[in-house]
Amino acid sequence: MALMDLANPTRFLALSGRVLPWLSGTAIVIVAVGLVLAFRAPADYQQGETVRIMYIHVPFAWLAMLGYTLLALSSLGILVWRHPLADVAHKTMAPIGACFAFLCLVTGSLWGRPMWGTYWVWDARLTSMLVLLLLYLGLLALRSAIEDPNQAGRAAAVLSLVGFINVPIVKFSVDWWNTLHQPASVFRMGGSTIDPSMLWPLMICAIGFTLVMFALHMAAMRTEILRRRLRVLEARAAAEAAYA
Amino acid sequence: MLGEHAVFIIAAFAASVVVLGLLTLWTVLDGRAVRRRLAELEARGIRRRSAGGDAS
Repeated sequence: MALMDLANPTRFLALSGRVLPWLSGTAIVIVAVGLVLAFRAPADYQQGETVRIMYIHVPFAWLAMLGYTLLALSSLGILVWRHPLADVAHKTMAPIGACFAFLCLVTGSLWGRPMWGTYWVWDARLTSMLVLLLLYLGLLALRSAIEDPNQAGRAAAVLSLVGFINVPIVKFSVDWWNTLHQPASVFRMGGSTIDPSMLWPLMICAIGFTLVMFALHMAAMRTEILRRRLRVLEARAAAEAAYA
Repeated sequence: MLGEHAVFIIAAFAASVVVLGLLTLWTVLDGRAVRRRLAELEARGIRRRSAGGDAS
């Protein structure tokens, strides 16, 4: 079966209906295992027990960026191929990505207060992540402000592509500017600087939360496809009632 | 057990549970509401012309 065949909404509903229960169950199990390992991992020599926050904060930051990257890719699907499933994927990813960006900022602030002595600084990493959250919120506002769904989808796709410039800024802000936020310690040239006793729980948490995001996205996409069908049927019902 | 900064650790995890819990709840309830409205229309005989039992 070709990839484009899978991008058919009806096929997507059938396939995702079979995959979603397994995906959700696997996500819950992996997150649970990851969190147990996170609390059994040794305390950090500098951060102490506060390092536990990193096992959720870091995956949330990665997922906020991954979510926006997926938004940008689906924007290409909307603008170049005008594929309806790309619009469905785009619309449903925005609130999920916004939640992860919000949680990244909240958990980061709660880590920053005991470690840096402040909840917030206008540091390049923190500020660019705040901009990412505002971009997500802007996309949600833009969609709800434009009545025509096709026009709203295209406008949101353009904003997503323009805003994508912020994703590498978030990632490399700690290298490009002198920031209070520590530099990359997992995905970096020369390998991770984290001890395996902490790296493994972190990676398991990251995989688990990634599956949570995909499961939520898949469920939201299924609902959005059905909502669009419902809209068509309601319009037909209203037309039939008018002629009756 | 969580040291002197326990309140920050608990608050971070609590916020995550609340936000992800609400997001999951909204996703599930929204899906149920749409499926219920579709079922109501189908019960009235209004269905997709190409419907083949795929709206699970």
